[in-house]
Amino acid sequence: MIAVLGLIIGALVGLALEPTVPVALQPYLPIAVVAALDALFGGLRALLDGTFDDRVFLVSFLSNVVVAALIVFLGDQLGVGTQLSTGVVVVLGIRIFSNAAAIRRHLFRA
Amino acid sequence: MSPDHRADPGQDPDEQSPTPTRPPLSASWRTVRRALAPRATRAQGMAGLLCALLGFALVVQVQQTRTDGLTNLRQDELVRILDDVTQRSEELTAQANALRSERNELVSGSDTQRTAREAAAQRAEVQGILAGRLPAQGPGIELVIVEREGSIPALTMHNVLEELRNAGAEAVQLNDLRLTAQSYFVDVPDGLVVDGTLLSPPYRWLAIGDPATLSGALGIRGGALATVRNAGGATNLDSRDLVEVAATKAISAPRFATPVPVAETDE
Repeated sequence: MIAVLGLIIGALVGLALEPTVPVALQPYLPIAVVAALDALFGGLRALLDGTFDDRVFLVSFLSNVVVAALIVFLGDQLGVGTQLSTGVVVVLGIRIFSNAAAIRRHLFRA
Repeated sequence: MSPDHRADPGQDPDEQSPTPTRPPLSASWRTVRRALAPRATRAQGMAGLLCALLGFALVVQVQQTRTDGLTNLRQDELVRILDDVTQRSEELTAQANALRSERNELVSGSDTQRTAREAAAQRAEVQGILAGRLPAQGPGIELVIVEREGSIPALTMHNVLEELRNAGAEAVQLNDLRLTAQSYFVDVPDGLVVDGTLLSPPYRWLAIGDPATLSGALGIRGGALATVRNAGGATNLDSRDLVEVAATKAISAPRFATPVPVAETDE
């Protein structure tokens, strides 16, 4: 419940403040958001598996974000930023799908 | 493959390794309900904080994507877009040039066409007057012939017409008839038939041309007027500054004569 409330509050704050993303962060924010989504779905699945642990959730959330941004940064330095971003998004998308499938199986047995 | 796996392999295992003891359906929903119930635990607070962070970043990124057109694109993408735009504008410039030259051609073409049309209209006017198709006005003479004794023969009237033509009359009218190159005079017992119409005296001629030349030609000694008077007619000749030849004659297209093809007349 608090998590849902937090999501809504964060969105409202973002709408209210309308901050501009710093130029240096602009390539990394989209990837970081997708990585965080992946961590969120992973946490939800762990909750249903009964193995949820807030410390692990925090670490996985932050490390997901940091590593995703790091990969994109490295790709930019190597000159393959666009391709590597696409790759990371594809991988994270697949993980989100598999996590969503596990959650669905837990809740609906289907 | 992903940092999450290394950080915590147990938290989100792959589909290939399902949990060995799957809790019953109701237990899953109970877990969800328990998680949804607001409790001030560390786990709830942490999850709420991280979710708030995610929501914030999500909204910011969405707005960024919506507002920014080009600023968050990479350099090579910008270069590609610039190339595309340059190429497109070159194509459009070439197209505009082609269209402009086409327009110039059309404008000059329509000018030529208008000139031709004006010339044709002028020619049609001239020929309409000469052929008797159009009413005409201008300086000329009026000649009234009254029969006093006997009737005036067609030949005499024809002489008058020939005399007028010789003197340069451009449009001639006799009573209500326009006289043209095809006009003819025939004697009948009742009087005179001109172009199929029976005319009776007095005969009123109208002719457009130089009045002095016309009246001089008619009045010449032994000329047309003298012949009329010899035939027993009285003549009354008037020079006028404005004679109106209002009668017209319908022209039928030639049935047998066709123009000589242009190619043969060219040298």
